[in-house]
Amino acid sequence: MEKAIIKLETLSCPSCLQKIENALQGVEGVDKESISVLFNSSKVKMTYDSKQTSIEAIEKTIEALGYPVIKSTVKAA
Amino acid sequence: MQSIILSRKKLIMLISGVLIVLGFFSRFVFGNMLVFEGALVIASVLGITPIAIQAFQALKVKVISIDVLVTIAVTGALLIQNFEESAIVTFLFLFGHFLEQRTLNKTRSAIKELTEMAPESAMVQMASGDFEEVDVEEVDEGDTLLVKTGGKVPVDGTVVVGSGYINEASITGESVSVTKEKDSTVFAGTILENGTLQIRADRVGEDTTFGRIIELVEEAQDSKSEAERFIDRFSKYYTPVVLLLSFVVWLFSQNLELAITILVLGCPGALVIGVPVSNVAGIGNGARNGVLLKGSEVIHDFSRVDTIVFDKTGTLTAGNPTVADTRVYVSEKQQVLNYLASVEHESDHPLARAVVETIKDAHIYPVEETEVVKGGGVVSTVDGHRIAVGNVALMEREEISLDDEALNDVKEFELNGNSLVLAAMDGKVALVMGIRDQVRPGVKANLQELKAMGIKQLVVLSGDNQGTVDAVAGELGLTDAYGHMLPEDKAAYIKELQEKGQIVAFVGDGVNDSPSLALADIGIAMGNGTDVAIETSDVVLMNSDFSHLPHALGLTKATANNMIQNIVIAVGVVLILLVSVFFSDWMTMSIGMLVHEASILVVIFNGMRLLNYRSRKNKQSAKGVHLRTA
Repeated sequence: MEKAIIKLETLSCPSCLQKIENALQGVEGVDKESISVLFNSSKVKMTYDSKQTSIEAIEKTIEALGYPVIKSTVKAA
Repeated sequence: MQSIILSRKKLIMLISGVLIVLGFFSRFVFGNMLVFEGALVIASVLGITPIAIQAFQALKVKVISIDVLVTIAVTGALLIQNFEESAIVTFLFLFGHFLEQRTLNKTRSAIKELTEMAPESAMVQMASGDFEEVDVEEVDEGDTLLVKTGGKVPVDGTVVVGSGYINEASITGESVSVTKEKDSTVFAGTILENGTLQIRADRVGEDTTFGRIIELVEEAQDSKSEAERFIDRFSKYYTPVVLLLSFVVWLFSQNLELAITILVLGCPGALVIGVPVSNVAGIGNGARNGVLLKGSEVIHDFSRVDTIVFDKTGTLTAGNPTVADTRVYVSEKQQVLNYLASVEHESDHPLARAVVETIKDAHIYPVEETEVVKGGGVVSTVDGHRIAVGNVALMEREEISLDDEALNDVKEFELNGNSLVLAAMDGKVALVMGIRDQVRPGVKANLQELKAMGIKQLVVLSGDNQGTVDAVAGELGLTDAYGHMLPEDKAAYIKELQEKGQIVAFVGDGVNDSPSLALADIGIAMGNGTDVAIETSDVVLMNSDFSHLPHALGLTKATANNMIQNIVIAVGVVLILLVSVFFSDWMTMSIGMLVHEASILVVIFNGMRLLNYRSRKNKQSAKGVHLRTA
């Protein structure tokens, strides 16, 4: 399992949080319980299984919602 | 295509604003209804496009967001040919969103400033001996780094060569320069104002004090209290319910205008945003002023504290005890002092250090057969004599009786607030020393401030003798004082208070008192950013500065109030809007949207006030220190 922290452009509407969370829950391989979207620091944290999905796929899911990714860091968890 | 439209939201907002103005101009100046309606239709369609895209994206992931409500409402308004409403509502929505983003950034500014202080590069000494600039992440422990005037210290380290003045505001919250020379400790994120230093890297990256502070604050700003989690759950169902309500109203009244008005009025904006805004501004203010608050729950609990329990040494007192008085009962005075110094020389107990300090020219003998008696002192053999050094309990254990003179001195010293060190040679008391620890300057005023803020009970607990503790309590005006307390006694005492229904904060140095820190409703560590302090406590007062305590309490009270105000504003606005749509004839979609967007801004501005919060004492004295707030 990998642990990812994704920094987004400033989040300003609270319903973004719910959108991003729901979208990520639909990605196969992302641990649903681990998803946390942080409003004030504009970050998304989660753990995922690198055999089933990749950080690129996750970034793409978020960007498809209209939230540009600034930087992501991945660590083995 | 979608992302192009979304990234041009500001432009779209401007164009639709201009179109609306043009439309009204042609209607009221030239009486031209055709241009008026045409302009407003274009403005509506243009303005709703980005909102509709967002609504579609939300629906795809099964979220009924505000965008969905607004899109349906505006489409409905276009259908019933109410172009005025559709255009103004979309414009207000876009414009409100634009302002929200700008102002939200303000509330987050204090924390952002802090994280931006993180060093990015470092000058590292290479194998050749030259210094080269590298990314700070590439620095390893043990590297030698160069810091020049105006430069940022990239790691926690020790000065190897050079000297200079460093501004440690990022760590301590105090904008005062500190002198650094060889062997001084320097901290990552602090700024070298003058001089040149070569330092050895001791801790790098996230392990540095500054790295830990940032991590803590970043986590704290998004931590949620029970109330917030409730609001989150609530808002998940709230928007679908509003949608359902408006549908039901439409079914029964067949009034599409009323139905879409309800959609707009029911938008939840200010409710979801209100509490996080207060939270981030409050925690940001704390971080800027040397108070680390570990999140929303801590703010809530701290604001309700009515009892504060203090550790004595190092918290209320400076923790540098000095010998105030010495009484010797034997003729060979210098000899006894030599023996005493020899024994105490081996110990790093604060009282022992005070004793060694006062007997400067002592001859140090080798010490043998040392036995440490927990909570008593030390017994050793020095130069063939059996020397016992410690408190009265140790003398009793050693079956050494005190004569009347010694007993009187002991009583007198205790009454005057001294800690005691007795020394006995070969079973007979040879001397008594009274040792005193100075109260930290300003503590008394700080405690009075706490009382004025509604703290009912201020208690000091200490392992020291009762006389010393009473003296400190008397000097500082505390309500209760208990001596002879072991760490587990302190924890038991706190538990007792809690069982009586009191909400207790414990203030300690974070090293000896972890049970109490953990048990109290709020554990406050006077930490120099030490690991233990940061981990075990709820609140950290940076640089062990006691004067941050009233600020911390006042700030949490102000933040907790701010959150309540924001919730009341948000709920109140929705209630008033929904009631007036049924019971008044002036309520329209546009007015509803205007009030909504205004209420969101009110909530954000209200939160922003916390960034400038200062406790009363600071207000009077801190004009110079808080320049960075401006």
